[in-house]
Amino acid sequence: MQQSQGRFATNLRSFVGWLDDRFPATETWEYHLSKYYAPRNHNFWYLMGWLATFILVLQLVTGIWLTMSYVPSGEGAFASVEYIMRDVEFGWLLRYLHSTGASAFFVIVYLHMFRGLMYGSYRKPRELLWLIGMAIYLALMAEGFFGYLLPWGNMSYWGAQVIVSLVGAIPFVGPDLMEWLRGDYLMSDITLNRFFALHVVALPLILVGLVFVHFIALHHVGSTAPDGVDIKKFKDAAGKPLDGVPFWPYTVTHDVHATVVFLFLFCAVVFFAPEMGGYFLEKPNFEMADPLKTPEHIAPVWYYTPFYAMLRAATFPLFGVPAKFWGLVVMVGAIVIPAFLPWLDKSPVAPMRFKGAISKAMLAIFVVSFFILGYLGMVPPSPLATVLAQICTVLYFAYFVLMPWYTRAEKTRPVPERVA
Amino acid sequence: MAHRLVLVLAALFATATGNLPNPAAAAASGWPMEAMEPDLRDLPSLQRGLRLYTNYCLGCHSLRFQRYERTADDLGIPHDVALETVIFTGQKIGEPMTTSMDTDQARDWFGGPAPDLTMVTRVRSPEWLYNYLKAFYVDESRPFGVNNKVFENVGMPHVMLDLQGVQRDMCAPEAEDCFELAVDAGTGLYSSGEYDRAVFDLVNFLHYVGEPMRLERQRLGVYVLLFLAFLGVFTWLLNREFWKDVH
Repeated sequence: MQQSQGRFATNLRSFVGWLDDRFPATETWEYHLSKYYAPRNHNFWYLMGWLATFILVLQLVTGIWLTMSYVPSGEGAFASVEYIMRDVEFGWLLRYLHSTGASAFFVIVYLHMFRGLMYGSYRKPRELLWLIGMAIYLALMAEGFFGYLLPWGNMSYWGAQVIVSLVGAIPFVGPDLMEWLRGDYLMSDITLNRFFALHVVALPLILVGLVFVHFIALHHVGSTAPDGVDIKKFKDAAGKPLDGVPFWPYTVTHDVHATVVFLFLFCAVVFFAPEMGGYFLEKPNFEMADPLKTPEHIAPVWYYTPFYAMLRAATFPLFGVPAKFWGLVVMVGAIVIPAFLPWLDKSPVAPMRFKGAISKAMLAIFVVSFFILGYLGMVPPSPLATVLAQICTVLYFAYFVLMPWYTRAEKTRPVPERVA
Repeated sequence: MAHRLVLVLAALFATATGNLPNPAAAAASGWPMEAMEPDLRDLPSLQRGLRLYTNYCLGCHSLRFQRYERTADDLGIPHDVALETVIFTGQKIGEPMTTSMDTDQARDWFGGPAPDLTMVTRVRSPEWLYNYLKAFYVDESRPFGVNNKVFENVGMPHVMLDLQGVQRDMCAPEAEDCFELAVDAGTGLYSSGEYDRAVFDLVNFLHYVGEPMRLERQRLGVYVLLFLAFLGVFTWLLNREFWKDVH
């Protein structure tokens, strides 16, 4: 017995040796896992990166299987989704995993980004890591938008119609650009087919590529710690960070347990509330797209509603350009502005817990206005809602635009040298 | 710290969803909606609903994503019985439940083809449909002589009038906050209670058709959650075991 185990170990070692001569297997394993150190006091918020990766894989796998039965055409798309739901073995499960996965992806990514704001994850030397993350967020929004048209339900159709028509507000080139994007004079089969191509080929490729470089950049600079400690400063004689733990197996065991807890919550939705009361799967989408029948109230899916509310908050023309265009500018600005955070934050400390009261208050106001905007984007417009959306839009931008001043003005507490 | 945050988030989420606009909003007409809770485990109700649907609805409204075979299997109806008593169109058992009404004729008669009802309870809600089917009343100004309190000026006749009888609006024309309909005695085959039961069965059946795998989904969900809870204990123990070295 012992002899055979010994032989197995020898064989394994010689195989790994053979592999290492031809491919950096051990080197990669050590660099990214067994000798990659993470702060030992990582908390709940640091699980989001892994969970987002997990959902990406889930979306890719379920997406591949859905594509096997989906028909990308105006005539066949809606019926093929119902075919998947009813006639494909476990097709309903694949579809609900994918539709719930889309919402879960955004929940996790928003929490992941909030972690960044809370612990200053965007600060030097992680500026590029943050920018890659922002690019992932943009790609994810586009992926969600293109995917939303594919079931060819009535809300898919009209939602896409509203968003594409925004481009029409750009002065001079708008109407032509809109036609070019749709490939037709209205949302049609051609639009559906190009959205399908972008959703299943182009954007997944871009996403996977970006996520890969996000990892590479992260593993080059290392994770932040909740209390801002730089674990690379204090190392033992062997060069191991004193306040760090190797990713394998310590972070992995955290992540595995987190995955199971996440799956429990996720599956509770998939199996017991896949429509989530009309927020994950909207009611008008159970009706096939009808260019002659506008849904009573068009609203995007919940994860876009804060930006949709900001779009609608622009109600007055400026410099002879209609309000709709300024709405588009505000919306794009709101999506892109977090990319500038690394250069807006002038505070001497990274984590929120050591920053002053103004920073904490601004972050709280920012989060509250983001939630209010999300709510306002769901409800039909009213004069009061518009004023509230305008106030929240100003507060949203104030968090970023005023940051260079309030982070310099306030009193901060020093960051500890070591993890307590 | 982490646990407290999770709790706060969960509380936030619960309050948020409690106060959010309900996408399944009540009738726009302001008609007071009666509650209706479907019961998919009540097979006799579903079977009666299927009978009503094929007798009263299928003439105009297709269920084009629902197959006869699946319906028969899920509702516990043997295929030969289904072929004899449910399929009047000469279709095969594996075919979808489509109407034989011609689209062009439908346009002439009703102004447009009758909508497919496979997912009507998912577009509206079972409650909406239940109230809608009970809210037809005599209105001579309408082409079919009836109007509807839940769906005003709907282009559909009161198909189950022979069952319910002639129902009238009892409110004065300009009366506000008056919601009263009454059936002329002796005009319907069913009593008021029997008609309510029939509408319940029909809506219950359509709720099943909207998502035929609903019960299977929930049944499977219980096992999936139990498995994950069980697995979670072990991943927690695994995590604790490894982290003993660190703390």
